Amino acid sequence: MSILINRKSRVLVQGITGHEGSFHTQQMFSYGTNVVAGVTPGKGGEWVLDGKIPVFDSVKVAVEATGADVSVIFVPARFAPDAIFEAADAGIGLIFCITEGIPIQDMMRVTRYLEQKQVRLIGPNCPGALTPGESKVGIIPGNIALPGSVGVVSRSGTLTYEVLYALKMKGVGVSTCVGIGGDPVRGTDFIDVLSLFEADPYTEAIVLIGEIGGNDEERAAEYIARHVTKPVIGFVAGRSAPPGKRMGHAGAIIEGGAGTADRKIAALEAAGVRIAQHPEQVAELVAPYLGR
Amino acid sequence: MNLHEYQSKQIFARFGIPIPRGKVALNSNEVKHIAEELGGKVVIKSQVLVGGRGKAGGIRLARSPEEAEELATLILGMEIKGLPVRKVLVDEAVSIERELYLGITNDRTARCPVMMASAEGGVDIEEIARRSPEKIIKVYIDPLIGLRDYQSRDLAVAMDLPREYWKTFTGIAEGLWRVYTAHDATLVEINPLVITADKRMLALDGKMSIDDNALFRHPDLAEMRDPDVEAPAEVEARKYGLSYIKLEGEIGCMVNGAGLAMATMDIIKLHGGEPANFLDIGGGAGADKVAAALRIILSDPKVRVVLINIFGGITRCDEVARGILSALSEVKPKVPMVIRLVGTNAEEGRRMLADAHMITAETLVEAAQKAVAVSKGDLIYEHLD
Repeated sequence: MSILINRKSRVLVQGITGHEGSFHTQQMFSYGTNVVAGVTPGKGGEWVLDGKIPVFDSVKVAVEATGADVSVIFVPARFAPDAIFEAADAGIGLIFCITEGIPIQDMMRVTRYLEQKQVRLIGPNCPGALTPGESKVGIIPGNIALPGSVGVVSRSGTLTYEVLYALKMKGVGVSTCVGIGGDPVRGTDFIDVLSLFEADPYTEAIVLIGEIGGNDEERAAEYIARHVTKPVIGFVAGRSAPPGKRMGHAGAIIEGGAGTADRKIAALEAAGVRIAQHPEQVAELVAPYLGR
Repeated sequence: MNLHEYQSKQIFARFGIPIPRGKVALNSNEVKHIAEELGGKVVIKSQVLVGGRGKAGGIRLARSPEEAEELATLILGMEIKGLPVRKVLVDEAVSIERELYLGITNDRTARCPVMMASAEGGVDIEEIARRSPEKIIKVYIDPLIGLRDYQSRDLAVAMDLPREYWKTFTGIAEGLWRVYTAHDATLVEINPLVITADKRMLALDGKMSIDDNALFRHPDLAEMRDPDVEAPAEVEARKYGLSYIKLEGEIGCMVNGAGLAMATMDIIKLHGGEPANFLDIGGGAGADKVAAALRIILSDPKVRVVLINIFGGITRCDEVARGILSALSEVKPKVPMVIRLVGTNAEEGRRMLADAHMITAETLVEAAQKAVAVSKGDLIYEHLD
């Protein structure tokens, strides 16, 4: 009932002994995620979570010892590009990078390298993914979503939680929620996730949460018009944002008249996407499409 | 962050890009001496981080050191688009035969740098892009390989640059590429790149924007940040790791997460109110950060009500409540506050704030409606003592 991650995913945490890494490893583990290993260079041989999860010095050794196939990265921005390269070189096929603040030129080198390696990166500066009832990789609070048939994809973090919570309040469940991140250069984009949801038999409807900056929503709209048969509900944040100012996320900026919420909303509506006026309304708009 | 013209051109020169002879001055007396040194005609250029300096009278040609001094007095007393002119660059005047454009920026969609050139330099590149996009020639640069000479030659050919200039031009392009990578730039621009009457190529004007996320490895560039371009509250916010942008409305906003902060502003507007600011306290904010955020919001005299919207994930609602209480005891605000806490430790947070006389809301819509009502005087709340 999911895309990208499920209860069988064997998850490795890079930066597992750090402040964020150790907290969220606990959270992921409690949720039921199959966390098999952690990596912190220099701490190989230690164990975390009361001896439940082994720590290794390198991703390569961790993969050999545990068969990890998904990695989630919590290391600080200046070390994160290296962590991504390391995971890719060790044969990990799906990497989630939660870290915020990675320089854009680093990310351009990383994404180009990963394209050649056929490795999927989600993020950076993203909350990860959640398949309710099965697995969560990253920092999305597990208790705000029910299992179900709505696929959620978003450039944002807490705004996504708001939408998940609104869906839960309406009794609407989620197949998988994927946060692709708020940076201008990232791995997976809307189109990649839309194609996965379109192909997933358990996903009945899709919720797309965008924001100002760039043209990801416009490109997603083009893709939806041509390739997506499932109903799509959209929300775009930043209608009231002034031009030329970076709204928190590195990628959320209106430049030279491009990247406005109005333009994105118009493109999505033209592709048949129903647009919610606020996050709570997403649940009202998606409910009629389910269980048909 | 953006660098001034003089800073950009000094960097260009270090990477082998020819620039006019010139110096920076803080007063008109210095300008006169520099003009004497350079001998003959000079151009006096205000150093402010806005476009349209020329149109505003911030760039002037002087025919003698005396005239230079006079014009400098004028320019150094100016404000351009609200920014005071504190420095001028005094450059030798050159006679121009052709004006070109050359720049590198990040292409988000292609996920790589793109070098752009145009035979129509001297005007705003966005202007060219609007008017005649076919006159901008682009080459995409593989970030793992870097700019290749053949790509620069392709640009030279496409701009109809005579063969005698190809070698100089590829040298300048290569230099600009090295400037871009060595400084983690998001934009480097030579506009115009000129060919002079005596057959030299010179970067007459220069512009650089640096990736804020990369400043940790460029402490020298971080020091060049011009405090004039930011509101004091924005500078203060950055010290605490808060993302704050001042707007014009009356409803102060404090939210965790950038997307949710934007959505909160949007919903205020949807219900007829005007947000006073964008403020993201970030993930996992502790009490002191929350207190700082509230102080910054309340430093705006236009704020008539504060809306606090926290969706606890990594951020714990009880930590936020603690921050609010500490800020309240310190600032003693005169404005009412609407608060909505959901998620991690929300119950505890609400309990802690029960005696703080705040207007509470369950949903985002309810919170926005109440904040708008207070800002318009439709909802009166009297527990401010």
